[in-house]
Amino acid sequence: MSLMSLTAAKLGKKIKDREVTAVEAMEDALKQIQEKEPLLKSFVTVDEEGARKRALEVQQKIERGELTGPLAGVPIAIKDNICTEGILTTCASKILYNFKPTYSAEAVKNLEAAGAVIIGKTNMDEFAMGSTTETSAFGVTRNPWNLEHVPGGSSGGSCAAVAAMECPCALGSDTGGSIRQPSSFCGVTGIKPTYGTVSRYGLIAYGSSLDQIGPIARDVTDCALLLEAIASYDRKDSTSIKREDYHFVKALKSDVKGMKIGIPKDYFGEGLDPEVSSAVLEAAHVLKEQGAIVEEFDLCLVDDELLTSKNSSSFGEDKIHPTRYAIPAYYVISSAEASSNLARFDGVKYGYRAGEYEGLHQMYKKSRSEGFGEEVKRRIMLGSFVLSSGYYDAYYLKALRTKALIRKVFDQAFEKYDVIIGPAAPTTAPKLGKSLSDPLKMYLGDIYTISANLAGLPGICLPCGRDSKGLPIGLQLLGDCFQENQILRAAYTYECARGKWNMPGAFLNRKGVIKDEETV
Amino acid sequence: MANIISDETIEYVSILAKLELSEKEKEQAKRDMGRMLDYFDKLNELNTEGIEPMSHIFPVSNVFREDEVENGDQRDEMLANAPKAKDGSFQVPRTVE
Amino acid sequence: MRKQYETIIGLEVHVELATRTKIFCACSTEFGGAPNVHTCPVCTGMPGSLPVLNKKVVEYAMAVGLATNCRITRHCKFDRKNYFYPDNPQNYQISQLYAPICRNGFVEIETAAGKKKIGIHEIHMEEDAGKLIHDEWEDCSLVDYNRSGVPLIEIVSEPDMRSAEEVIAYLDKLRLIIQYLGASDCKLQEGSMRADVNLSVRETGTEKLGTRTEMKNLNSFKAIARAIEGERTRQIELLEEGKSVIQETRRWDDNKEYSYPMRSKEDAQDYRYFPEPDLVPVDISEEWIEEIRSKQPELRTVKLIRYKKEFDIPDYDAEIITGSKHLADLFEATTAICKKPKKVSNWLMVETMRLMKELDQEPEDLTFSPENLAKLIELTDAGTINHTVAKEVFEQIFKRNVDPEEYVEERGLKTVNDEGALRDAIAKIIASNPKSVADYRNGKEKAIGFLVGQTMKEMKGKADPTMVNEILREILNG
Repeated sequence: MSLMSLTAAKLGKKIKDREVTAVEAMEDALKQIQEKEPLLKSFVTVDEEGARKRALEVQQKIERGELTGPLAGVPIAIKDNICTEGILTTCASKILYNFKPTYSAEAVKNLEAAGAVIIGKTNMDEFAMGSTTETSAFGVTRNPWNLEHVPGGSSGGSCAAVAAMECPCALGSDTGGSIRQPSSFCGVTGIKPTYGTVSRYGLIAYGSSLDQIGPIARDVTDCALLLEAIASYDRKDSTSIKREDYHFVKALKSDVKGMKIGIPKDYFGEGLDPEVSSAVLEAAHVLKEQGAIVEEFDLCLVDDELLTSKNSSSFGEDKIHPTRYAIPAYYVISSAEASSNLARFDGVKYGYRAGEYEGLHQMYKKSRSEGFGEEVKRRIMLGSFVLSSGYYDAYYLKALRTKALIRKVFDQAFEKYDVIIGPAAPTTAPKLGKSLSDPLKMYLGDIYTISANLAGLPGICLPCGRDSKGLPIGLQLLGDCFQENQILRAAYTYECARGKWNMPGAFLNRKGVIKDEETV
Repeated sequence: MANIISDETIEYVSILAKLELSEKEKEQAKRDMGRMLDYFDKLNELNTEGIEPMSHIFPVSNVFREDEVENGDQRDEMLANAPKAKDGSFQVPRTVE
Repeated sequence: MRKQYETIIGLEVHVELATRTKIFCACSTEFGGAPNVHTCPVCTGMPGSLPVLNKKVVEYAMAVGLATNCRITRHCKFDRKNYFYPDNPQNYQISQLYAPICRNGFVEIETAAGKKKIGIHEIHMEEDAGKLIHDEWEDCSLVDYNRSGVPLIEIVSEPDMRSAEEVIAYLDKLRLIIQYLGASDCKLQEGSMRADVNLSVRETGTEKLGTRTEMKNLNSFKAIARAIEGERTRQIELLEEGKSVIQETRRWDDNKEYSYPMRSKEDAQDYRYFPEPDLVPVDISEEWIEEIRSKQPELRTVKLIRYKKEFDIPDYDAEIITGSKHLADLFEATTAICKKPKKVSNWLMVETMRLMKELDQEPEDLTFSPENLAKLIELTDAGTINHTVAKEVFEQIFKRNVDPEEYVEERGLKTVNDEGALRDAIAKIIASNPKSVADYRNGKEKAIGFLVGQTMKEMKGKADPTMVNEILREILNG
C-alpha cells in the first residue's frame, strides 16, 4: 500500500513516530505522481528536486525536535495561483508561463512553518475562471473516478491529485465554489473558510472581495488540521480578520445533538439532479438521526422593512429571495474585479510578451490577446464593460446592493440555524468537452456555492454518495461567518456516521475504467 | 436578445481591456456579452431601493501600517522575471513620440 | 469691436508627502538611487501582492485639509482608477473618487486686486507612478518604479481663478501652508509639487462655462504663467475663428510655448473607477481630528504676529523670513542658540539673500545649520574675527556648512589681539606715511582712515579696526 493512501494525519503520525521519514513519504508521492500523471494531469509543475531537498530539511528538523506538529513531513500540493518562492506559478495561463515569484504566499509560509513539504503546483482553470479545469493553458485534468469526466474546477488539479492519492492533501482557492465544487466531483473534502480567515497575500487575485484559500483533503480531520495551519491574521492583507480563535481541530467531535440544521427549499427545486438530491437529503437524515434538529425552510427575507413598505407589492409576492439573484450578482462583481486585477499582466514586468509588435499599445494588446485564453478574455471584456462609463450604476452598484441583501438573508437564516445543508453542485461531474461551449449554462452550475462567497460564509463539501455512473456526490454545509467549528462538527459527525469512504485507486491500469478501489 | 452589442461597443471595450480580438472572436464576444447582459438584467427584478452597496463584507476599518522602512533592495530577483530589462529597469517600447 | 473674454481657471495640484515610506508598502521614498532599488512586490505590481495603507499619509492629508478649511470625510474610502501605462505597474492607480478624505475648503489669496477666497473642491490621497526614461540608443523606454507608490495628495480647486497672477498666488499660498505643516517640501522643479491647469474662456458677462482643457507638464511658476497665457490665446483664437474648443488633456511644451493634445485613439479616458477591494475604509473620529488639529504647527499668519511681538526685528524682515518655512525654522533655531534675533535676521536678510540670488537658489535649498550660523555670530560679537572676515567665513558656511570655529582656526583668521605686534605695525605705518600723518595732525580727520586701512593691510586683515583706530589716535594725538 502506498503511503499516499494515508490521510495527512495518519502519515504525519507515522513520521512523528519515526516509522517513516519525510523523505520516504516524498519519494512515494513522487512515484505516485510519476505513475498517474500521464493519465490525470493534475499538476502543472512537479518540483522534484526542490521537493526532495525540502523533505530532507524537514526530516532533519523533525529529528532535531524543531518540528513536532501533525503536518511535519507531510507532502502537499499547492494550486498554481498561489505564489511559491522560486517555483513556477502560472495560474495555468500562458501569460505567466515562466513566472517564478520572489516570495511565497502567507498560507504557504504558514504550511512550511508547520513542516508540510511542497511537491508542486496543481492544474486549474486559467486564473481560476471555470468549473471544469478545462480552460488551463497546459491541458485538461481528468477526474480520477472516471477519466472521461472533468474533475470540476477551478481547483480541479488539487482535488484530482488528492482523490488519486498522488498526495494526501492540497491547497485550493475558492472565489465562487472553486474548492467545494471540484471536491464534490472528485469525492474529496474541501473547505472555503470565512472571508479574511486565510491571508490572501500571495494568492493571485481573481475576484479580490470573494477569493479565499482553503484546504482540500480526504477527510474532515485533515481539513481541520490544514485550516488550523494556514489560517492567520496577516498584516500584509488589509482584509485579513483577526479572529478570536484559530483552533479548528477541537471542533472534531461526533456530536450534533440539538444542532439546528436548515434545508433551504429553494435548493431542491428544478435543475437539481434527482440522484444528487436524494443523496443530500439522505445525509440530512443521517444528521437528524445523530440528534440534530433538521428542518426545511425558505431562504428568504422575512419581517423586513422591505416587505412592510410599499415596495412589497412590486414583487408580486410577499417574500424576497435575493439568493435567486446570486449568479448574476456574482458574475458582475467577479468579472469587474477580474478585469482590473488582470490588467497587470501586460508583458512589461513578468510573464509572456508577444514576439512581434509595433509600439507600446500593440505590445499590450498582442501580449494579452495571445497570453490569455478565451474564458479569461470573455470575463475581462465583460468586467470592463460593466464598469465602463454609463453602466457602473446599473450593473456594478446594483450587484453590490444585491450582495447586501444576500448577506442579510443569511444573517436572518443563521439566527435560526447553526448550519445550512445542501448540495455543492446540481449534478455530478460532466463529461469532458461538454461544458465550455455554453458559458452561461456553465455559470448556472455555480448556483449552490457562490452565495457563500458573496456573503463571506464558510462552507465545507464532503462526499455523501455516488450516482448510478459511480461518480461521487458532494454534500455542502454552510455556516455563519467565523462559525467554521459548527460546520466542522456537523461534517465530522456525518463522516463518522457515514463510515468508510473509498477512493478510486486502480484506474491507472484500466484506461479510465474503475475496477476496484483502494481504501483510505 | 434584449441587449444588442454593437461593433463600436466591442471596439471600445477592447481598447479599455487592451485586447485585440479577431473578427470571429468579435462576433462571439458580441453574442456572449449580449446574452450575459440579458441575464444580468434579471437583477432589476429585485428591488434594492434604499440598500447600501456592499463592497466589503465585514465593517472593518482603519487597517494601517506605521511609517517605517522595512524593505531592502530586491531588484535583481524581481528583474529576473522581466521579459526585457536594461540598466536595472524594465524595458518597454518607446512611450512618447 | 473685438469681444472681451474672461479666463476661468481651476487647478489640480499634486503634492508628494514627506513620509519615510510609500503609501502602500514599506519601501523607502528616498530620492535618487539606482533604478528600482526602492521597490518590492507591492509597488511593482507583482501578482498576489496587496496594499496596506500608511497611517502617516492619512494624517498629513488631514492636516492639509484642516489648514485649508476643509471638511474631513468621516468614512473615507479608496477606489481604483483603471488605465494602462508602463509607469503604472498594476495598470490601475489606487486613488479616491467616491469618498475623498477632504472636501469643501478654501484658501485666501492676496493679489494687487485685493483679497479673494479660492475654493477647494476636494483633497484625495493616491499613489504616484514610476518614472520613464527614454533610451535614445535603443529607441525604447526604461521603467523605474522607485517613485511608484510614493504618497500623493491631489488638491482640486474650484474654478475660482481668473488670471495667472491669482494662480501663482494660490500656488504660493498652498505651498507655504503645506511646507509649514511639514507635509511636503513642495518643490516644483523636482516634481514634489505639480500643478495641472484646467482652463476655459467665456465671453465677459456670460454665465455659461466654456469647454475646458487640462494642461500638464508645468514645472515652474513661470511655465504655469506662460501656459495660461498661451492656452487662453489659443482658445480665444479658436472661438474667434468660429471653431470650438475640444475637451482634452494637453501637454505644455515650455520651450515652444505651445500645448499639444496628449490623447491617442488608444486611450479611452474611461477610468472605470470602483471601490478598492483590497483596502478597508478609513474611519476618522472627532478625537483623531482634534489630535491632528492640536499637533498642527503654527501657520504663517500666526507666526508673523508672534515674530513681531517676540523678536525685535523689522516688520519687513519678519515678512520675508516667515515667507518660507525653512527660513523661519533656520531663524528660530539659530536664535534659540545665540539669543540674538536681530543679528540672525541680519545675516539671513543680507548675506543669505545675496548668495541665494547669486546662486539662483530657493530658501528650501539652504543647507547650512543653525549651529554654524550661531557660532559665526558669537565669533563676531566676541571680536574673534572682524566683519570682513565674517562675511568670507559665512560664504563658506552657506556653501559647505563649514564649522566657523574650525575654519577660522585652520586659516588663521583670528583677529590679532597682541597689542605689541599691533603697535609695531602702527609704528611702521606712521614711519612710512609721513604725509598722511601730517595731514591728520593738520586737522584732516579723513587721513586716519587711510592709516587704519594701511595697518589692516599690514596685519593681513586680522586686526580689530576699532582697536587700530584707538591706538593710532593715541599715538598721533599724544
